[in-house]
Amino acid sequence: MVYLTRKLEFSASHLYHNPALSAEENKRLFGKCNNPHGHGHNYTLEVTVAGEPDPVTGMVLDLKELKEILEREITQRMDHRFLNYEVAELKDQIPTCENIARVIWNLLEPKINKGRLHKVRLYETPDLYADCYRNGARGA
Amino acid sequence: MMGELKIELGRRYRFSASHRLHSSKLSEEENRRVYGKCNNPHGHGHNYVVDVRVSGLVDPATGMIANLADLDSFVEREVIEPFDHKSLNEDVTAFREHVPTTENVCKEIFARLKGFPKAKLERVRVEETGNNTFEYAGEGL
Repeated sequence: MVYLTRKLEFSASHLYHNPALSAEENKRLFGKCNNPHGHGHNYTLEVTVAGEPDPVTGMVLDLKELKEILEREITQRMDHRFLNYEVAELKDQIPTCENIARVIWNLLEPKINKGRLHKVRLYETPDLYADCYRNGARGA
Repeated sequence: MMGELKIELGRRYRFSASHRLHSSKLSEEENRRVYGKCNNPHGHGHNYVVDVRVSGLVDPATGMIANLADLDSFVEREVIEPFDHKSLNEDVTAFREHVPTTENVCKEIFARLKGFPKAKLERVRVEETGNNTFEYAGEGL
């Protein structure tokens, strides 16, 4: 099995707010991430695909194809957007690193038909990230 | 059969500390041979990076596995405060008995963080320099 990883960056804004909780509780739970006008990050996404290289092309999947999937599914949807209001998949969810990573996983998994999606790692900052993978397949 | 989705949260911390690699079980000469310049009697230091990974259910109310403020204050209390700007050999009790190699530093940090009450500690990675990295995920892995 070979694991290949493609990286991409996008910039987006978000805020953490749970409408089921009081203003004070939101402030206490989310601190400065609760600022009503939002704030932004440069996100770095690492997408790892696992598979056997095709004997003819030597590729697990064509990186060009992966790049196009990422452009269509992630960049166009999330880059320079306000995640709370402009990304339908995040509606009614707090756009934490954990939740965004899961949304990205769910968008990409059905689109990757050569090899299989192995891991999504999303960095919100260089010091904070979330990993998403299927249980039992942590591997590389 | 596809396993269920798992999510882990990773967070990086930093501390700077000195150490000296020297084993009381070895002679002076053997220590010099095994540890080379790391055996310098006056010690030397590193800027360590600690990468902590935890897992758990994402709370639908917060979207979080664990509140970062809780994780940060726990790591600060258990690791950063006792290790930062210290001599690992002199100031951290565990390293009076164990040589403070980064292997042992990694295991000691894992032991100190294992009790984090809000999520399951999955693994600890310690970068001693940009070129040397050590990872520990507990026994049995």
